[in-house]
Amino acid sequence: MKLAYLWIAFLALSIVSLFVGVTDLRPWDLFSMTEQQMQVMLVSRIPRLVSIWLAGIGMSVAGLLMQQLARNKFVSPSTAGTTDAASLGALLSILLVPNAPPLMKIAIAFVFALIGTYAFMRILDRIQYREPILIALIGLMFGSVIGAVTTFLALKYDLLNSINSWLNGDFSVVLKGRYETLYLSVPVIAIAYLFANRFTIAGMGEHFATNLGLHYRRVVSIGLVIVALVSSVVLLTIGSLPFLGLIITNLVSLYRGDDLKSSLPHTALLGAVFVLGCDIIGRIAIFPYEIPIGLTVGVLGSAIFLYLLLRRPSYA
Amino acid sequence: MIDVRNVTKRYGAGQGIHDIHVRIAKGRITSLIGPNGAGKSTLLSIMSRLLPMDAGEVSIDGLNVVQTDSERLARTVSILKQTNDINVRLTIQQLVEFGRFPHSRGRLTSEDKQQVEEAIQYMELEPLRNQYLDKLSGGQRQRAFIAMVLAQNTEYILLDEPLNNLDMKHSVQIMKVLRRLTDELGRTVVLVLHDINFASCYSDAIVAMKEGRIVREGPTNEMIDSAVLKGVYDMDIPIHLIDGNKICVYFS
Repeated sequence: MKLAYLWIAFLALSIVSLFVGVTDLRPWDLFSMTEQQMQVMLVSRIPRLVSIWLAGIGMSVAGLLMQQLARNKFVSPSTAGTTDAASLGALLSILLVPNAPPLMKIAIAFVFALIGTYAFMRILDRIQYREPILIALIGLMFGSVIGAVTTFLALKYDLLNSINSWLNGDFSVVLKGRYETLYLSVPVIAIAYLFANRFTIAGMGEHFATNLGLHYRRVVSIGLVIVALVSSVVLLTIGSLPFLGLIITNLVSLYRGDDLKSSLPHTALLGAVFVLGCDIIGRIAIFPYEIPIGLTVGVLGSAIFLYLLLRRPSYA
Repeated sequence: MIDVRNVTKRYGAGQGIHDIHVRIAKGRITSLIGPNGAGKSTLLSIMSRLLPMDAGEVSIDGLNVVQTDSERLARTVSILKQTNDINVRLTIQQLVEFGRFPHSRGRLTSEDKQQVEEAIQYMELEPLRNQYLDKLSGGQRQRAFIAMVLAQNTEYILLDEPLNNLDMKHSVQIMKVLRRLTDELGRTVVLVLHDINFASCYSDAIVAMKEGRIVREGPTNEMIDSAVLKGVYDMDIPIHLIDGNKICVYFS
């Protein structure tokens, strides 16, 4: 698949995304917008579009980095503890600092996500039997254990509802003034791109990387910070987008390989296109109501993931 | 010259390598031989800074491998371990280009491209260059990794059992390439070999190890000797001279 096709899909879906919604707004209205249409455009539609881009790109890229660092195609932030640790952090920030500003919540969630991801990597180091599927399962179990702690605390302090509202990704809450924290992921993703070669080399293991003069531990640390930061920003602003970090990377790896310099742009764009598509489906399916993005991404994503698993049993 | 002084590395009870002292001459092929568990790979990994040592010092051309920056070392010494666990979807071309990473940091100059080209040709991988590694046979993949090391173009080349997975034809091909690198370009090659006949036919010097210690070292001609090999492998190995090569007959 050529990058140009992805760009076309990206632009086309972006335009569609701007003109789907309860307020009637057509492309030809652009030049003669009423005050109200203008408001909808600036306060709701454009912020929503931008946040779809950033969340889609961010979670796909985070998934790709995590897979490189774990050297396993079946792990991702939402299936190996990162997202779960971030939600635990966010819950604790609500409990301990009830009026914390969004940035502080994100910072606390980030610290937890970083610790959680690092802990998962340490567990991987200790496992001798590196069967890919087993490692993916260990990630799921690890995430569930953290999730259990979160649920327990949430139940105890009667916060289960607000927890569930982050856990389910939802773009309908995006309004001007409530999504800008997502921009934090932009410089971080740029760093991922600048370091693409190093992440590719790190993906071949410590010995291989050391031979080429790479400071392996340093590159892994940078990668973990990127994964944890992007995951917690997206989680707290939009919610979780399950499977996104798994399927996009696996699809791109199939046709584009694992050289990040060449696969990263595809991963980023395909991630954005996929989330745009899922969001539009969710907005049209039961119009004028909406299906939250977490559900559409989860259903489509798990189907694609199963297909990928069954299609290439030996592939990891 | 690779200078290994009093190197010790302990694993568990009595394993590891103990007080190793050896000098490996420049511009030669040196083979490390010995039974399983002798510590050959451990020594090779320590020499190439992949494994930290518990005591001792290693320097390559005067560069201390622990203190020298890894980036700097990567332009002087390359190490290829067994690569069975690498399963990324890179093409041969992409992999070999990564061999230039220590020199170009990812931005290939025309000189880099030429080195990559030569390495691919040396290993006769032109027809496969755009194939993904995970689609290749074990032997093809091994040749691709060796091509990457060739592209890295270092003065010292360390290889851990490079002939694993390879059929006879490609084993000979690789040993001939290594011979050319030393004879024509003055490179220094150190390799762990299991087949002592490859060591006998292609190396200039042999270091024999057993139970974490060096049993004996010397020029190949002296080392390929029934009495010496008896001390290394606890086997009676008759040696025959065939076409000027000493061949060990260890099958019966």
